[in-house]
Amino acid sequence: MLLDATAIHKSYTTGDNVVAVLRGVDLSLDTGETLALTGESGSGKSTLLHLIGGLDVPDSGRIRLDGRDIAALDDAGRAAVRRGTAGVIFQQFNLIPSLRVADNISFQARLAGRYDADWCDELTERLGLREQRDKFPEQLSGGQQQRVAIARTLASRPKLVLADEPTGNLDEATASAVLDVMLSLVAEAQAGLLIVTHSEHVAGRMARRLHLAMGQVA
Amino acid sequence: MNRVILAGLLSHWRRNLLQLITLLAGLALATALWSGVQAVNVEARASYDAAAATLGEGRYDQLLRRDGQPIALATYVKLRRAGWLVSPVVQGQEAGIRIIGIDPLTAPGDLGPVQIGEDADLQAFLSYTGQLFANADSAKALRDLATEIIIVADIAPGTAITDIGVAQRLLGKPGQIDRLIVAPAQPLRQAALAEIAPELSRQVAQGGSDVARLTDSFHLNLTAFGLLSFSVGIFIVNGAIGLAFEQRRPVVRTLRALGVPLRRLILIMAAELAMMALVAGLIGVSLGYILASVLLPDVAATLRGLYGAEVAGTLTLRPIWWLSGLAIALGGTAIAASGAFWQLAQMPLLAGAQPRAQVMAAGRRARWQAVLAVALLLIALVLAFTAQGLVAGFALLASMLIGAALALPMVLDRILAFAQARARDVRSTWFWADTRQQLPGLSLALMALLLALAANVGVSTMVSSFRLTFVGFLDQRLASELYVRADSDEMAEGIVSYVSPRVDTILPIQSVDVTMRGQPVEVFGNRDHATYRDNWTLLSSSPAPWDNVANGTAILINEQFARRADLDIGDTITLGTTPLDIAGIYGDYGNPIGQAVINEALFAQLYPNVRPARFGLRLDDADVPILVRDMARDLQIPETHLVNQAQIKAFSVGIFDRTFTVTQALNVLTLSVAGFAMLMSLLTLAAMRVPQLAPAWAMGMTRRSLGRYELLRAVLLAVLTAIAALPLGLLLSWALLDIVNVAAFGWKLPMFLFPAEYAKLLILALIAAALAALWPAWQLSRTPPSDLLKVFSNER
Repeated sequence: MLLDATAIHKSYTTGDNVVAVLRGVDLSLDTGETLALTGESGSGKSTLLHLIGGLDVPDSGRIRLDGRDIAALDDAGRAAVRRGTAGVIFQQFNLIPSLRVADNISFQARLAGRYDADWCDELTERLGLREQRDKFPEQLSGGQQQRVAIARTLASRPKLVLADEPTGNLDEATASAVLDVMLSLVAEAQAGLLIVTHSEHVAGRMARRLHLAMGQVA
Repeated sequence: MNRVILAGLLSHWRRNLLQLITLLAGLALATALWSGVQAVNVEARASYDAAAATLGEGRYDQLLRRDGQPIALATYVKLRRAGWLVSPVVQGQEAGIRIIGIDPLTAPGDLGPVQIGEDADLQAFLSYTGQLFANADSAKALRDLATEIIIVADIAPGTAITDIGVAQRLLGKPGQIDRLIVAPAQPLRQAALAEIAPELSRQVAQGGSDVARLTDSFHLNLTAFGLLSFSVGIFIVNGAIGLAFEQRRPVVRTLRALGVPLRRLILIMAAELAMMALVAGLIGVSLGYILASVLLPDVAATLRGLYGAEVAGTLTLRPIWWLSGLAIALGGTAIAASGAFWQLAQMPLLAGAQPRAQVMAAGRRARWQAVLAVALLLIALVLAFTAQGLVAGFALLASMLIGAALALPMVLDRILAFAQARARDVRSTWFWADTRQQLPGLSLALMALLLALAANVGVSTMVSSFRLTFVGFLDQRLASELYVRADSDEMAEGIVSYVSPRVDTILPIQSVDVTMRGQPVEVFGNRDHATYRDNWTLLSSSPAPWDNVANGTAILINEQFARRADLDIGDTITLGTTPLDIAGIYGDYGNPIGQAVINEALFAQLYPNVRPARFGLRLDDADVPILVRDMARDLQIPETHLVNQAQIKAFSVGIFDRTFTVTQALNVLTLSVAGFAMLMSLLTLAAMRVPQLAPAWAMGMTRRSLGRYELLRAVLLAVLTAIAALPLGLLLSWALLDIVNVAAFGWKLPMFLFPAEYAKLLILALIAAALAALWPAWQLSRTPPSDLLKVFSNER
């Protein structure tokens, strides 16, 4: 089992109020499996994705990723997980504005010590970014920027790809094209894919679906 | 991994070259001002040390005659025979250079000239023609002497060393010994000094150069000014680093999300900054060297004028200030970046790059800034009433300046809010609101401008007040309408008999150089006359001081001598064998050495061989040119021997003005740095302005009018800052005159106001702000519509 999260609890404090975002969520994912995480706004989808990606820590519960309990790791340990095991594709792309497209794509792979120039070139080609290699992110459209973000994550060959509304900012046609490429690449890499989405269309393309409501699996 | 992270971080600077230039230039300028001032200080101190080493001042005990007269050769011989290891020294002036004659065979082993002598030919040194050791400048001045001159860089400026016999011959003091240097190791069994030579007194070594101690306060002032300039520079650095961190916040978040540990990220960012600090530090130290080379001649003049301290007019490269320059650049960067690093360390990984994050962060900090500003201003208030001494004086200055700078953004915000509330039309409402929004981004530059302007007002008020007092002092002291100098006693007699029927009074001016209480003092024998009684202002005196001086029982001394020898009214000093009470202490601004005044008759009795060689003549102003013409014609007196009062005053004021050139230069530089800070802040903000101005443009304001508003905004903020700087500068001036200067120089001066100067400064600030805003405003007015439209297309 690639991912096994059990009894995850997480709450946030806003002013005097404590808001329980996740209330005992269980989730698992096998290598090569794809899973859509759906739910209304505020249901805790993104929070769960962040916890699995080692971007945040749960209040309680266990998250085993590739055999390690990442909730028990310190900051440096979680950073290592983000570099090597779980790659996150953000809704807002989060590209480095001062680096060219080619450098953005290879960036995480270099950080993880897994840079493969041929693989980066192939990703660039297949994601239709060849003409954009020398441009800066600000010179790209939203769809192109999202494809760069996908390429960046896949270039480091993570075992688990976490995508937070990866097509949320894109028009329908572009979103569909981006999703096609992402799914085929993930399948080839035999990576797990956990995608947070509001879109029924996107969720329907995944092998499995998990619906969150009020911080619990519905 | 480090290389990848560093490449990612450095790419920011490649895309934001202006920011990089701001950071490097700010740091380089700050370092330049600091290290320039330090270079001057180090050079001056090195000169004092060289002087101390050359003369043995402060390092060895010395024997001097109590009455200031030369020591007899027989006394020296008696002392040597009694086992005293003493070495004779004679000194005097020749061509403006102090010639010091020593005996290399008896001088203590580590005394400067003996060390120099090791490289020289001792036989030549001791020969009749001898050898003179001097630095290049002194050697040039002495080139007409019939003696071989060896150039040695380590010799104190304005000084030449030679064998005592050669010095006695050159100075026309055959067989004369002025003082005896006492070697540190003396035989155990030794007759007491009082038995062998009761007329001599032993001056104990003070462990350092007197000049160095005297000038400490001057250097402290200079250092404080350097630090102020450095602080203004650091404001630029702080602004640039803050903005860079703010802009890189999303990148930092992305890097962390991609797996870069926070600690490593901070370390790499710190290394990145340290690298820049080193580069900027090197540029800054080099610029500082140039600055110091330009300033040093004037500083040397200041030190000579104020303290009589000789400082080399050229700069030597010294490792100490290269290192201290780099250290201050690194330290300054660390201070400027500490807040940004603290925020970075505290920033949660998932914290977004919020729009207007800088404004919001400034809002959060505002409360703390207000608390700190009020606390510092309260401390300043307390110190204003209680501070005594240099340290407390500088603490007052620091708390007042920093407190006021921290309070400035809040004061400006309140003024702008007041204006906004009273705005009538939509454009002015938008203008005031938009100006308030820009305030956080500009506040550091405005704080720097406030400090620079306040320093300008404060220091120029102090210097101008000093100047007025000095000119007033000259009017008191130079009361005679005409001064005439005679080359011989015959000529002096001729002058007296010629002018007697044509002038109201003749005041002979006669003086002799003596050593009293270990200090060189010029003793004047003055005629008892209303000119002195009416014009001289005594700072403190016993009852009827002039009467006591007139009857030969009292002496007047200048403030410098009183301070250096720790003398006060009622103390007794001995001149020759005559004990004299100190009846008065007078202000003697600008005179580097001690001075004393006794009665003419007593002077004649003590120094029968000294005849007056100069005379002050009291006569009607209108008669001066006629008398000058007649004396030149009838007595063949050269023009150079006839000096009227106005000429002397102009000469003295000229010297005074030069002494403060360095202060004025630093003033201008600090203001320039503040102007630069303003320019860089506006340029950096200009890039962020497009999204803020695009809606106003879309709603019908032209790009040209937006550009005009940008210009107006910068000028308005600069004017408001300049208005705030005026009271602050006057308070600064008051603290300098009433507290710092009293502690540093021993002179308390009245404060005068100079409205025209302040108006000029206001206009200068206005021009600087307009110039700084011109380019960003012009750029903005030419922003292509496509760029403005992008703002809306990116919002989808």
